[in-house]
Amino acid sequence: MGGRDAKMVLLDENGVRCDGRKIDETRRIMIRAGGLKNADGSAYIEFGDNKILVGVFGPRDVHPKHMSNTDTGILRVRYHMEPFSVGDRKNPAPSRREIEISKVIKEALEPAVMLEKFPRTAVDVFIEVLQADGGTRCAALTAASVALADAGIPMRDMVAAVASGKVADTIILDVNNEEDQAGQADMPIGYMPSLDKITLLQLDGVLTPEEYKKCVDVGVKGCKVVYELQKKALKDKYFGSGGN
Amino acid sequence: MDNKRKYVIPGDVITTGPFRPEQNVILEGEKIISTTIGISEIYDDTVRVITLTGKYIPKIDDLVIGKVNSHTSLSWELDINSCYVGFLPAQDVFGRDFSAHADELSTKLKTGDLVAARIANFDRTRDPLVTISDRDLGAIDSGDLVKISPSKVPRLIGKRGSMIQMIEMATNAVVTIGQNGWVVVSCETSEGLLKAKKAIEMVDQKAHVANLTDQIKEMLEIKDDET
Repeated sequence: MGGRDAKMVLLDENGVRCDGRKIDETRRIMIRAGGLKNADGSAYIEFGDNKILVGVFGPRDVHPKHMSNTDTGILRVRYHMEPFSVGDRKNPAPSRREIEISKVIKEALEPAVMLEKFPRTAVDVFIEVLQADGGTRCAALTAASVALADAGIPMRDMVAAVASGKVADTIILDVNNEEDQAGQADMPIGYMPSLDKITLLQLDGVLTPEEYKKCVDVGVKGCKVVYELQKKALKDKYFGSGGN
Repeated sequence: MDNKRKYVIPGDVITTGPFRPEQNVILEGEKIISTTIGISEIYDDTVRVITLTGKYIPKIDDLVIGKVNSHTSLSWELDINSCYVGFLPAQDVFGRDFSAHADELSTKLKTGDLVAARIANFDRTRDPLVTISDRDLGAIDSGDLVKISPSKVPRLIGKRGSMIQMIEMATNAVVTIGQNGWVVVSCETSEGLLKAKKAIEMVDQKAHVANLTDQIKEMLEIKDDET
């Protein structure tokens, strides 16, 4: 990783990126709460060309029983990519990457979800990536948080997520697939806006301490943009457009 | 009071200052934060959020409608539309001289039967214990089951029972509301039954609408003119 040579022009002299965005601009984001009848809570997100569907069940009985915890509820997350979500067919069996992302998303949601209210139960989050285009873990985390709120699971705050990164020696917001492949660094950030706390922070690439700080700041700003859209999605579903 | 009611989602700061946090809110430093989607209310010095979504969490003394799932030789297991199953001990039905050898539980309550029960005991360490030894409790032998979201039960009851009284008066139906979101409607006429069910479903769908009582009234009265 680090400074891989890029054949594609990722950032031109006017500060315009390969897909026409400015350096601090996210892709088009559309979030919809609800939509799945049989799940307790659900959400659908389109984050640029990413399309992700999330269903939440619970709190409900834990099976197998030995996994249950008498002090608190447990959170189980499955991140799964459809075979048709990427260019070449993806084997539907859980890969090393999917298992890791499931764990990372679970740990990013745990500080927000108040599971201690439901001892001996489980909350299951199922994330299906229908179409992937870089930054699926952030989009999935954003949608999972909306789906949990839709399911009525008590939460301290929403979790909004977006990646920031470094491309052509410039810190950018919302890394897309090309920038992820050819860029210098990629930093997914999960953030709780009201509590002002970061729940997910990963970094792939090399940054100087100054760049690192700037990258986090840019990412947190982006999360606040995503948060407004999460809010809108939930208010649209529950209060109609008349929500304040 | 109206200006103190707000639509909130998890993480929204309702207010800051010396207020007492009640249902569905947490105190984070100075800020009082909502933990669920709902409508926030500030009464005197307390803050609470009336939730619009979520599962039923048992509370002691709640009236619930349960469905018999299975039974052992000592107790029934009731589905009470919650993440926990309700336990109904056999002594509760057969009395203190219950004998596991002599009495067969399926003679009193069979799998699939509906039961009106009260939560006798519940804490976080064990499953809710329910009882049917009280007036108006026990097996329900007639009526239709309507399932609504448990968070909308207070709306269906209305202020001092105004909403449910109105539905009952207009349709001549008898409505038993379980706090767990299961409602049993029984009525002598089939129109009344249909109308009452429709009204209950309407409350479920439009719980957040401000003048819902008027809308329900209108719906029930329009139907009266037609028939």
